[in-house]
Amino acid sequence: MLNEANTASLFPLVVKDLCYLANNKVLIDQLTFSIERPGLSAIMGPNGAGKSLSLRLLHGLIAPSRGTISWAGVTNGSHVRARQAMVFQKPVLLRRTVRDNLVYALNINCSLDKSLHEELIGEALKRAGLTGHTTSPARRLSGGEQQRLAMARALMHRPALLFLDEPTSSLDPNATQAVEALIEQAVNQGTKVILVTHDIGQARRLSDEILFLNNGRLVEQGPTNEILSGPQSRAAQQYFSGEIVI
Amino acid sequence: MTDLNEAILKAFQLIKTADADLIEIVLLSFQVNGLAVLISCIIGLSLGAFLAVYRFKGRTFCLIFINALMGLPPVVVGLIVYMYLSNAGPLGVLGLLYTPTAMVIAQTILITPIIAALSRQTLEVMHNEYREQLTSLGVTNWQMAKTLLWDGRYGLSTVVLAGFGRAIAEVGAVMIVGGNINHLTRIMTTAIALETSKGHLSLALALGIILILLSFIINGLVYAINNAAERYAYA
Repeated sequence: MLNEANTASLFPLVVKDLCYLANNKVLIDQLTFSIERPGLSAIMGPNGAGKSLSLRLLHGLIAPSRGTISWAGVTNGSHVRARQAMVFQKPVLLRRTVRDNLVYALNINCSLDKSLHEELIGEALKRAGLTGHTTSPARRLSGGEQQRLAMARALMHRPALLFLDEPTSSLDPNATQAVEALIEQAVNQGTKVILVTHDIGQARRLSDEILFLNNGRLVEQGPTNEILSGPQSRAAQQYFSGEIVI
Repeated sequence: MTDLNEAILKAFQLIKTADADLIEIVLLSFQVNGLAVLISCIIGLSLGAFLAVYRFKGRTFCLIFINALMGLPPVVVGLIVYMYLSNAGPLGVLGLLYTPTAMVIAQTILITPIIAALSRQTLEVMHNEYREQLTSLGVTNWQMAKTLLWDGRYGLSTVVLAGFGRAIAEVGAVMIVGGNINHLTRIMTTAIALETSKGHLSLALALGIILILLSFIINGLVYAINNAAERYAYA
């Protein structure tokens, strides 16, 4: 059995003056923040605020134009990559069965004892509530089942850090509830989760802190209750009150 | 008209009785084209996957070059291979001219760019879909190329079919390097050309019927495979 996720050596995560330019347009503008606490941090903000882009920068899927990201004081993030996982808004599943999608993720990590595979697969299927779908083609599952499978696959290696990019944005309340249960389970097992969401209710239910972004910049950061009950910035006030933020 | 009807009847008779000459020509066609497609698949699919996954300086030039090679005139390929394999050429010492091996070489040169270019297109669409997720899982470019080839196998069957279609219909290049020698390098297309010029329409027609049937069968198989893959969301 894998050990519970150990986040200690990854935090604090310090982002300093992070910039990302595409076609001479500034998409992330001197983003600076730090995340120290375990649990779940939600990144919120209107469309085009740079939420998903920030997640990709933090996960190392794209390189910043300027600025630094450091993990427990170390700026080269390659050592933390293997301890991270990400689930996307639209689950990307291989053109294989449910089981083979999980096997694929396990085979990438060659250091893992093969004798553990069956146990881990069984555990992941059970966690995702997909034990009856082992041999089903993964892309024939419902949207909620696909997202649960993507979550289970991401959690197979007990990542220390899990990035979630609007994982429930296209799901109905029941499917959302099932995915949120998986997120809570991961957090309880020690995985730090950074979640991008537009859903204020979801942020209230799951997150310990909120980072509010607007126009590629961090506008405010603080405990969820404080941010939701008394946002300081005009943009955050408009956003959380349901006004349209342009 | 009577001659034509007679030729058609005789052609069906040749097929029905499994005429020895006819079978020999069909089998050699399969050998030559099958081997050429196999070699082209090994080279072309690897190249296609490489170009779909890796980003490097000069990649755009490579893509344009391979796409341009798809339209290679077969007779020009035949001529170049002939020059290399003839006694005066650099590979003349191998004595391959007018052998099935020479035909396989020419066919491989013609088909490989088709398989490489079409597979690159198919795999690049998948790469755009998979890239971020697989990178997130810690997959290397090499592993990603292998994953794309496996997951894209049903789509790639159409690419292989396109290559086989080009090979089986090819006549110019194989005629030049094979010489259309009876019982040695005579395949379906070259035999049809020769028999028609000699006025022996029945054998030419029989081979033509087999070629068309073959095309239907292969297309049907690929359609069935893709249909099944679509049904199970593997396509």
